[in-house]
Amino acid sequence: MIFDYETMRIIWWALLGALLIGFSVTGGFDLGVAVLLPFLGTNDNERRVIINSIGPTWEGNQVWFVMAGGALFAAWPLAYAVSFSSLYFPLLLTLFALFLRPLGFDYRSKLPNQTWRKTWDKALFTGGLVPAVIFGIAFGNLLVGIPFHLENDMRMIYHGNMMTLLNPFAVLAGILSLSMFTMHGAVYLQIKTEADIQQRSKEKVRLFVPLTLAFFALAGYWLTFLDGYHITSEIFPTSPSDPLDKFVKREPGLWLDNYGHYPNLWLLPLSTFITGCITLILSSLNKPGSAFIFSAMTVASIILTAGCSMFPFLIPSSISLTSSLTVWDSSSSLKTLTIIFWVTAFFLPLIMIYTSWVFRVLRGKITVEHIKKNNHTAY
Amino acid sequence: MLSEAVVELSRWQFAITSLYHFLFVPLTIGLSVLLAIMESTYVMTGREIYKDMTQFWGKLFGINFALGVTTGLTMEFQFGMNWSYFSHYVGDVFGAPLAIEGLMAFFMESTFVGLFFFGWDKLSKGEHLIITWLVALGSNLSALWILVANGWMQNPVGSEFNFETMRMEVTNFEAIIFNPAAQVKFVHTVAAGYTTASAFVLGISAYYMLKGRDAAFAQRSYTIAAGFGLAAVLSVIVLGDESGYTDGEVQKAKLAAIEAEWHTEPPPAAFTVVGIPDQEQMKTHNAIKIPWILGLIGTRSFDTPIIGLSEILETNRLRIQNGITAYGLLQKLRDDKKNELLITKFEAVKKDLGYGLLLKRYTEKVIDATDEQIEKAVKYSIPQVAPLFWTFRVMVACGFISLIVFVIAVIASSIRKCRKEWILKLSLYSMPLPWIACETGWFVAEFGRQPWTIAEVLPTFLSASSLTEWDIILSLAGYIILYTVFFIIEIFLMMKFIKLGPSSLHKGRYHFEIDERGLS
Ligand code: HDD
Ligand code: HEM
Ligand code: HEM
Repeated sequence: MIFDYETMRIIWWALLGALLIGFSVTGGFDLGVAVLLPFLGTNDNERRVIINSIGPTWEGNQVWFVMAGGALFAAWPLAYAVSFSSLYFPLLLTLFALFLRPLGFDYRSKLPNQTWRKTWDKALFTGGLVPAVIFGIAFGNLLVGIPFHLENDMRMIYHGNMMTLLNPFAVLAGILSLSMFTMHGAVYLQIKTEADIQQRSKEKVRLFVPLTLAFFALAGYWLTFLDGYHITSEIFPTSPSDPLDKFVKREPGLWLDNYGHYPNLWLLPLSTFITGCITLILSSLNKPGSAFIFSAMTVASIILTAGCSMFPFLIPSSISLTSSLTVWDSSSSLKTLTIIFWVTAFFLPLIMIYTSWVFRVLRGKITVEHIKKNNHTAY
Repeated sequence: MLSEAVVELSRWQFAITSLYHFLFVPLTIGLSVLLAIMESTYVMTGREIYKDMTQFWGKLFGINFALGVTTGLTMEFQFGMNWSYFSHYVGDVFGAPLAIEGLMAFFMESTFVGLFFFGWDKLSKGEHLIITWLVALGSNLSALWILVANGWMQNPVGSEFNFETMRMEVTNFEAIIFNPAAQVKFVHTVAAGYTTASAFVLGISAYYMLKGRDAAFAQRSYTIAAGFGLAAVLSVIVLGDESGYTDGEVQKAKLAAIEAEWHTEPPPAAFTVVGIPDQEQMKTHNAIKIPWILGLIGTRSFDTPIIGLSEILETNRLRIQNGITAYGLLQKLRDDKKNELLITKFEAVKKDLGYGLLLKRYTEKVIDATDEQIEKAVKYSIPQVAPLFWTFRVMVACGFISLIVFVIAVIASSIRKCRKEWILKLSLYSMPLPWIACETGWFVAEFGRQPWTIAEVLPTFLSASSLTEWDIILSLAGYIILYTVFFIIEIFLMMKFIKLGPSSLHKGRYHFEIDERGLS
């Protein structure tokens, strides 16, 4: 089967979304669990229960994130170049925080010393908190627009500084994403633990679902008067990628444009609220397994809402409108998109199959007894 | 224009973080395979001691793996963060193998590694063995794809510059996968990983034998490591030779620089064992040479000459002049993209566009470059000889010493009488050699490609992101501090578990847990 360039670009836009959702749904609860670690675990054994609830699987989950980076590089090289170099410090901070995770998981319980363990607990908490916030800040900045311009040879020049990226809307997005991941992590912990910890997780679900929905609503309201972007020149969806070939306008409220043209899109934000409420209900009915499915849908709906508001923009430029990167003018060549599409079409389902198998093998609750029994092998 | 300092700092940062990543990578690649071999022995013989071996070496594997993943994250991000023009210019080609690596290898490796550690009582023996092999397969596949990407940087086949998008684009993906530079790199690097892991297991087992503890455990580990290591180091050397041969075909400047071959000699060329290379005068002082050898390695023939650096400089001068034309045409084409005549003219010279870009180091106005600027660019178009000359010799020396060590170890492991103290000490103290060889090897491969990031296509100094000096000073300082702390922690844990030995498994049958004399 051969797809034309336009279809392929849309497919890759969707696949990028799928990878981000894949990460937020799997790696997302790992981040949330790490954020909850100091609040839900009152002693070493309890903290070990929490850590081991994700211990064997967090590593595979994180690959979704690595993969989203790799796919961005391969399918949207310009977007990868612009976003990674303009978000230099936020990403550096994320990276430094992510460093703490492999080490924290693997090294923490290798020694019995309590100072050692407490230090790693703090490291794990940081490794969850910082990325959870910064992902939101990064996303928020995409909606606001990034101050960069492209020279004639496509070299990217960034004109902002660290403070530019800490604008109020982006900070709100950061808080939203922290709250969202924490909610998701709490639901997961409710599945994997029992007794006290499970009870405490449930309370956190009760706190973080409403918070997430409230922040989401606030961000949505803000979007109605935030400056949005719109392509004003004719669009050539199959022409070679050259962002400088178009014109763009910026006006308040333009991010809602797509909703005007395709009213069905309203189902996405609506779905956020509905699935969020169902999560809350199922969690209080002690059905965390089903609640997890709905909190995953909440997470997906939030990301899809943001993505669909921006379409076809990937990275709007706030100071040089024509430099903005869109789905139509910053992708790889048709050939590359096609090759990696087929590779993805083959491997992604395979990955999902073996990942679910691994989760099935490792199903069951982690308990304090389990930790005591496996004192020397558990994390 | 990017300042010199930004480029230098970006290079230092890339060099430091990638060489650091590669401290852990070869051990992961090799040890994962050794673990799979040990566990296969366990499943076939049913003897618990092989399970203990898998689990104990697995613990050390885990400590190393954590840092491999940590530092790998940096690598994946760094292209976009610090080499954004590179990312734009080659992402169409380079990104694909990287993405495939993630899909095919990282997912497999990272998903199953959790089950390797925590699946022992959740899986049957056979299932667990499959998991272990999958982890090994994953790490080896990841090496394959990253080296396909890196091989393309050394020998950019299967792709072409597109003036409409201002970047390299794929024309033939098979050619990129079956790139000879990538193939030899893969086998050489993977075999280097096997050598590294074997030296690691060999050295630590020798340490237990020297201490007279855990005899049965240590001897079996020693034997497996010796045999596997000998095969590995032989492959490394043979395939290293193959790398040299491929360099001769596709990276003439690198080969000439490694060998300090200043001028083309009548074939077959002599091999300079040691000497003091002098880039200014283009000669090697106090050289000790062996006739014929280089010609044979480099060309596999008696009558093909190896091109010397001064001849390469001459060719490069022509290519730079051609490159100026290409650059001029490209500027016109950017404003007049449909002009067929311009397109035809540009297509004819575009293979030298990269050489035109070299001039950007000296002038913004490439088309009006002065003769003096051209001369500077010509001089700049070959790598620095002395560092390459020496690091290459260090790698080769490490290779041959390792070969001797493994030969002796194989003899010692098969003939009990030969298990002398000096042999065990040799096994222990030669442990760092493969690491030194790996680090110097990468230096040769990467520094030898200079001044290019993509050979003959994109100069290094254009590849960097437009950051400020302070941006990079801060990030570099952050990396150095964190990496140093991590290194201390990892070495501390490694030492601790090596000292504990298999007693860290708490099986109740090892040194510190029982009275050793009662056992054997
Ligand atoms: C020859 C092998 C080799 C080479 C040249 C590199 N790596 Fe590597 N990398 C591996 C071999 C490897 C591995 C064996 O697969 C690792 C090392 C230890 C580990 O845990 O997995 C790994 C881990 C690793 C990870 C973490 C994967 C995970 O989460 O499981 C990333 C993102 C990268 N690497 C990325 C890179 C990039 C972008 C490189 C290029 C500059 C690079 N590596 C060079
Ligand atoms: C882990 C394996 C690798 C090691 C140890 C390594 C080593 C190095 C070293 C030592 C340098 C500095 C050379 C110099 O500045 O003089 C360098 C530069 C560089 N390498 Fe590699 N490299 C590795 C893998 C790769 C791969 C796989 C790629 C791309 C796929 C790559 C791309 C680059 C780039 C873009 C630079 C910066 C430009 C330069 O200074 O050469 N490296 N690398
Ligand atoms: C003894 C004979 C050896 C020879 C003749 C040899 C040859 C080479 C050559 C020519 C290169 C450069 C490849 C390029 O241009 O890109 C290279 C790179 C390298 N070598 Fe060796 N080598 C030897 C031993 C070793 C040993 C013992 C190790 C490690 C255990 C090692 C590890 C590496 C690594 C990691 C690289 C960088 C990756 C690559 O380019 O393949 N080498 N070697």
